[in-house]
Amino acid sequence: MKPLSEKTSEEKTPLIDSKGLRTDGRKLDELRPIKLEVGNLSRPDGSAYIEHGRNKILAAVWGPRELHPRHLAISDRALLRVTYRMATFSVSDRKRPAPSRREHEISMVVRQALEPMLFTELYPRAAIDVFITVLEADGGSRCASTTVASLALADAGIPMRGLVAGVAAGKIDGKIAVDMNDIEDKIGEADLPVVMSSERGEITLLQMDGKLTPKELAQALRMAEDGIHQIHEMQKKVLYEKYAKIREEVGEVSQDTYDDILDDDLVEDVATDAPVEEEKPKKSETKRKRTTKAKKTDDDESEKEKSKPAKPRKRAKPKEEETS
Amino acid sequence: MNVVTEIDRERMLSLLREGKREDGRGFDDVRPIQVKQNLISKAEGSAEVWLGESRVIAGVKIQVGRPFHDTPDEGVVITSAELLPMASPTFELGPPGEEAIELARVVDRGIRHSDAIDRSSLCIKAGEHVYMILVDLYVLADYGNLIDTASLAAVAALMDTKLPKVEIDETGEATITEDTIPLQMGPPPLTITFAKIGEHLIVDPSLKEGEVMDARLSIAFDGDDTISSMQKYGTSPFTHQEVTDMVERGSKIVKKMRKQLPSR
Repeated sequence: MKPLSEKTSEEKTPLIDSKGLRTDGRKLDELRPIKLEVGNLSRPDGSAYIEHGRNKILAAVWGPRELHPRHLAISDRALLRVTYRMATFSVSDRKRPAPSRREHEISMVVRQALEPMLFTELYPRAAIDVFITVLEADGGSRCASTTVASLALADAGIPMRGLVAGVAAGKIDGKIAVDMNDIEDKIGEADLPVVMSSERGEITLLQMDGKLTPKELAQALRMAEDGIHQIHEMQKKVLYEKYAKIREEVGEVSQDTYDDILDDDLVEDVATDAPVEEEKPKKSETKRKRTTKAKKTDDDESEKEKSKPAKPRKRAKPKEEETS
Repeated sequence: MNVVTEIDRERMLSLLREGKREDGRGFDDVRPIQVKQNLISKAEGSAEVWLGESRVIAGVKIQVGRPFHDTPDEGVVITSAELLPMASPTFELGPPGEEAIELARVVDRGIRHSDAIDRSSLCIKAGEHVYMILVDLYVLADYGNLIDTASLAAVAALMDTKLPKVEIDETGEATITEDTIPLQMGPPPLTITFAKIGEHLIVDPSLKEGEVMDARLSIAFDGDDTISSMQKYGTSPFTHQEVTDMVERGSKIVKKMRKQLPSR
């Protein structure tokens, strides 16, 4: 029995046409359409939804909460658990309900892509659980999963150093392209999923399969970086919109009370898209809190923080030009 | 039963004695129903259903397989369910537990024993190839009465299902083609659940009502008002009179619900 969508003829069809456009009409450096939602589910502490190409993915966050079983507890920080699962109907051939090796591995790499952004040391012995459900899968679901999980963590109000977003670059018909779709992923020459924090210039997920020369790799990484930057802007926008909405609702009740709770300047910073200025006060605040709780980690943290602001500044400049 | 539930139960009972419910509904009022179909393009049929805030997504996958030995000329319909940990803080990862299995089996029986799907129409070649219709339910948010929410989602997804045409070559091998026809379906079965709290019988229990209830009864009605399956849950008994009462009330409520389903 042959599966529905994969015809053998497809393998011969070129991935780039004579005009230099891809199978879905995109240019080489063009992302698929992306739709982001925050707070899509009401029960979890935080949630988000992404449509990235034909990927449809839900992410939910519970926590920080009590950890079960207790023997897994880490004495100086929270345990981050990430579960990536695909719905049986998310792919052409029905996926078996039991978790596959692929799902286990993706859960792990997504967890490791998210963890560096979290101040887990604020919640010793607790659990932060991230559940990712792929309702429909297209190429690049691990990257889209990380993008949406990062938003869900922010929605849950968990202190973070920054957001991460992901996109895959790769090689199709001899050319480097970004944001591979299903067919490109399957029959292209190389696939390079990348997750990074655009503001901090840190890559937190990197995998590759296929064949690339070092020069091509550099080009692919650059393309992925640009794509991630675009997605990062969308993430910030959707988060801001949600809280602007809440602000409006709360404002109707009593604007004065609300102003006391939330510092006006902070919201405006996000709105005018100035990540460097916005990051700094947040960091120092959380750091101050942290010194009382975890002395051990303080030293290496401060080293990290010294080296970091330099990079975002470089990236932030062109950003402002674009938006103005 | 813990202390909080005991207090909730007392509060609930005093409300019910006055003929009221915590969310202002009457005893026979079902929460608002919302149905979205055809949202997963890789599934042969799909639907997302909200019953109040309870939310279930259902996807249908079609396979061609061998029929069961005792029914060589009938297709197969299998329903399974997963309670996603994102749906409730009490749902955990791992193989389906008692609750998920009961949910899947109750929905499965409601569909299997109704006349909605004529399983002999799913036969491609008797004894060799039949359509297998796999309905997978994912609970996205648990705000009570998952059985009715999941049944609606399964029915809505089946109503959205396109059956791919199958070609059989000389060697007897079956190939699924890209041509599709809508799945033949009669009036779908609809399930209605009653909760018993004290001596009160209320329809479509909310999360809180579900926590404090003594027992529940789910009844699936076919298009012609016959009953296609039932499930009692809980340690409290029902009297004969109560069962008759629920069937009578349920059949009226289901008639109203039927109008809210999308037409094909």
